[in-house]
Amino acid sequence: MSVLVFVENVQGKFKKSTFEVVSFGFAVAQKLGTTVTALSIGDVSDDELQKLSKYGASKILNSKNEKLKVINVQPYASVIAEAAKAEATKVIVVPASFSGKGIAARVAVKLEAGLGENVIDIPDTSNGFVIKKGSYSGKAYSFVQISSDVKVVSMVPNSYKVVENTTTATIQSFEPQLNENDFKLTVKETIRATDKISLPDAELVVSAGRGMKGPENWGMIEELANILGAATACSKPVSDAGWRPHSEHVGQTGIAISPNLYVAIGISGAIQHLAGVSSSKVIVVVNKDPDAPFFKAADYGIVGDAFEVVPKMIEGAKAFKASQN
Amino acid sequence: MKILVCISHVPDTTAKINFTPDNKEFVSQGVTFIVNPYDEIALARAIELTDDGKGTVTTINVGDVSTEPTIRKTLAIGATDSIRVNAAPRDGYFVAKQIANIAKQNNYDIILCGRESSDHNGASIPSMIGELLGVASISSAKKLEVDGTTATLEREIEGGKEIVSTPFPFVAGASEGMAEPKIPNMRGIMSARTKPLTVVEPIEVPQLAKVISYDKPVARTSVKMIAADDAGKIWEMIREEKKVI
Ligand SMILES: Cc1cc2nc3c(=O)[nH]c(=O)nc-3n(C[C@H](O)[C@H](O)[C@H](O)COP(=O)(O)OP(=O)(O)OC[C@H]3O[C@@H](n4cnc5c(N)ncnc54)[C@H](O)[C@@H]3O)c2cc1C
Ligand SMILES: Nc1ncnc2c1ncn2[C@@H]1O[C@H](COP(=O)(O)O)[C@@H](O)[C@H]1O
Repeated sequence: MSVLVFVENVQGKFKKSTFEVVSFGFAVAQKLGTTVTALSIGDVSDDELQKLSKYGASKILNSKNEKLKVINVQPYASVIAEAAKAEATKVIVVPASFSGKGIAARVAVKLEAGLGENVIDIPDTSNGFVIKKGSYSGKAYSFVQISSDVKVVSMVPNSYKVVENTTTATIQSFEPQLNENDFKLTVKETIRATDKISLPDAELVVSAGRGMKGPENWGMIEELANILGAATACSKPVSDAGWRPHSEHVGQTGIAISPNLYVAIGISGAIQHLAGVSSSKVIVVVNKDPDAPFFKAADYGIVGDAFEVVPKMIEGAKAFKASQN
Repeated sequence: MKILVCISHVPDTTAKINFTPDNKEFVSQGVTFIVNPYDEIALARAIELTDDGKGTVTTINVGDVSTEPTIRKTLAIGATDSIRVNAAPRDGYFVAKQIANIAKQNNYDIILCGRESSDHNGASIPSMIGELLGVASISSAKKLEVDGTTATLEREIEGGKEIVSTPFPFVAGASEGMAEPKIPNMRGIMSARTKPLTVVEPIEVPQLAKVISYDKPVARTSVKMIAADDAGKIWEMIREEKKVI
């Protein structure tokens, strides 16, 4: 009956977003009067697994298997569905990461369970089971009633805080039945920029647009981001022109993000850009045009030339960081 | 090579989104509809992969008759033929079941979707179709190359990318980088009128999820302007006033 939370690891380690999902699962479990079972797939040490108990997991299933070492949507979904049946789970929580979205969808089909994708709040259980999600690319929210007996939800990173709820957890090994047909896809190579903060998970984001004139001017954007510990992002024309990689493109047709702070430099604030960033908690806009539409969607605005303003922001950020230590 | 491309009919990216006063329905009046931007990328790649003349590209939409102009556009861009499953999409599972049902009858080598629809933002349908067909699914693919009956794809992961390969058939959600969207030319528009658009009735699917209401984000009411000379002080200000850093 417990809430089953799939805990994704990156090279054997859990990220903050994993603790968010467990915290979220704990909040759901409390509403339903049950407990959290975390399911880890891959190769994670007991020490790392034990960390989950700090966020409310009271049972930890560990599926350690050579064939499941790298994340692979199809077999992972099978393992989760099997664990859900073994645990008689009614609610399965999966992170809405690139892999998690695919896993959640496949688990939902396997169990013929209703799927709440990209959930941004704790489900409302006062009248059925209603999830809240973004829709129309940031322009609206949808409230979705999930009516099936078993429910699958995927949770958007940064939409729920890590909450400590220390429990005592037992780690149990979970040996799934592997099916050869699940291994059609082969992972050839994983390329990860380890020195970079991943954009969907980032709490702080520094983003720049066509106002930066050319790729050679991104040094100051990166410097500001480094000082703040922020990820870098960009507008669509910037990635289209090849000034920055596509993976940095935010907006309606790029990544939708909801960091605590979004700093937009030399970005006009077109509706498609705003769609992907307007759920950021605080927005700062730097633009030389006082009529730039982005100012209407900002919390703080600075009218000025980025080439003069950003160096001041960098100096200020250095002093700010120094004063924090 | 036989490719199926799933097309979602969505409001234009510049459209203002409005709901009925009770917030229960989306108001489509006055809204222009387009092919979902990611689906345009999927379609463009499908056309590229069959431009040796040896393949076919079928587009499919689950929607009522109002989606036909959007489907015709995919024929104008270069699809061979189209299928419309005559039902308003209820939830992702419903849509995926309809598409998988058609796919089971036709032996497609590749099924392409967009990585996400710009209205529902589920990012789930390609994976659901993959599960229903028992084949691999790549939910967000930036590159797709084909060699014989094997495909190599580049998929997005947090902070990087992964190169994967799978035999035919498989399902993938197209993301930016896979291809440049194509614009229909005059010949395409003319020929679209005579290309086949088959309408089929939906199969029965249990309802698992249902949108019961909508809401809009609260607009930011006032922006605090800071003089350019004081730009350096902004961090302290944000810490004090918003406590996010
Ligand atoms: C189907 C579709 C989907 C789209 N999806 C997206 C999306 O997902 N994301 C996205 O970003 N866009 C998207 N767009 C594009 C969008 O409409 C805008 O064209 C784009 O966001 C503009 O990018 P920009 O603000 O960098 O450039 P511009 O609009 O050219 O704005 C540059 C800004 O920089 C300012 N500026 C210039 N010089 C300086 C300076 N020295 N200092 C300070 N400021 C300066 C200018 O005043 C201007 O406001 C989409 C468009 C379409 C049609
Ligand atoms: N009604 C529909 N008919 C056909 N394909 C659809 C429909 N809705 C979504 N899709 C496809 O599924 C993809 C992902 O949609 P979603 O899971 O809603 O984000 C879209 O990019 C389309 O390729």
